Amino acid sequence: MSALLVILGAAVGAPLRYLLDRAVQSWHSTRFPLGTFVVNVVGCFLLGALTGVSGGLSTLLGTGFCGALTTYSTFGYETVRLVETGARGVAVAYAGGSVVAGVGVAFLGAVLVG
Amino acid sequence: MRLLGVIALGGALGALARWGLVLLWPAPWAVLLINTLGCGLIGVLLARPLSRPLTRPFLGTGVLGGFTTFSAYAVEGVGLLSGSLLNGFLYLGGTLVAALAATWLGLRLGRVVRR
Repeated sequence: MSALLVILGAAVGAPLRYLLDRAVQSWHSTRFPLGTFVVNVVGCFLLGALTGVSGGLSTLLGTGFCGALTTYSTFGYETVRLVETGARGVAVAYAGGSVVAGVGVAFLGAVLVG
Repeated sequence: MRLLGVIALGGALGALARWGLVLLWPAPWAVLLINTLGCGLIGVLLARPLSRPLTRPFLGTGVLGGFTTFSAYAVEGVGLLSGSLLNGFLYLGGTLVAALAATWLGLRLGRVVRR
């Protein structure tokens, strides 16, 4: 049952990440990976807001949906590629900004909603 | 539509693997391992151009995107910070360093192996 909830949440979260990333990326032309940044920050807020939620709803929305909506692998890849292509400042702003904003909104979500 | 289906399938598989590992191990450690491993693997995967058009959406955006997670990383970080600032900073910084190093190594490895 729990496995099914993880599958269901992730099967929505992962394609939504792709669509949101594409939409956000089409709005700007800077080298900053704003799409992944926005998706990760939104997911961090949602998971923070789910603090206190347990059982099946937590498995569906937290482990499944938020887990698949957000990504560390694309974040890591984009950061390293920015460094490799000489955009060190953007890489530092992206990596540092993602961690600070992600942790900040996760805390905010837990305080405001969770 | 086919593309979104491939991403959904991959994402579900990756999330299942993550869920299984979190059941086996305490959450902060499991999430640290998952994110570092997933970063290493995406480096290997994307080191060279992929010949099949759906390989990257399935394995990269789907499986590895669903496997790794930024939200659990941040929430685990908040939990650790509220107990001890040092533990929280070590976790957040340690994951970042390990994951970026793994990505870099994965890219290097992938460029050598998949030449």
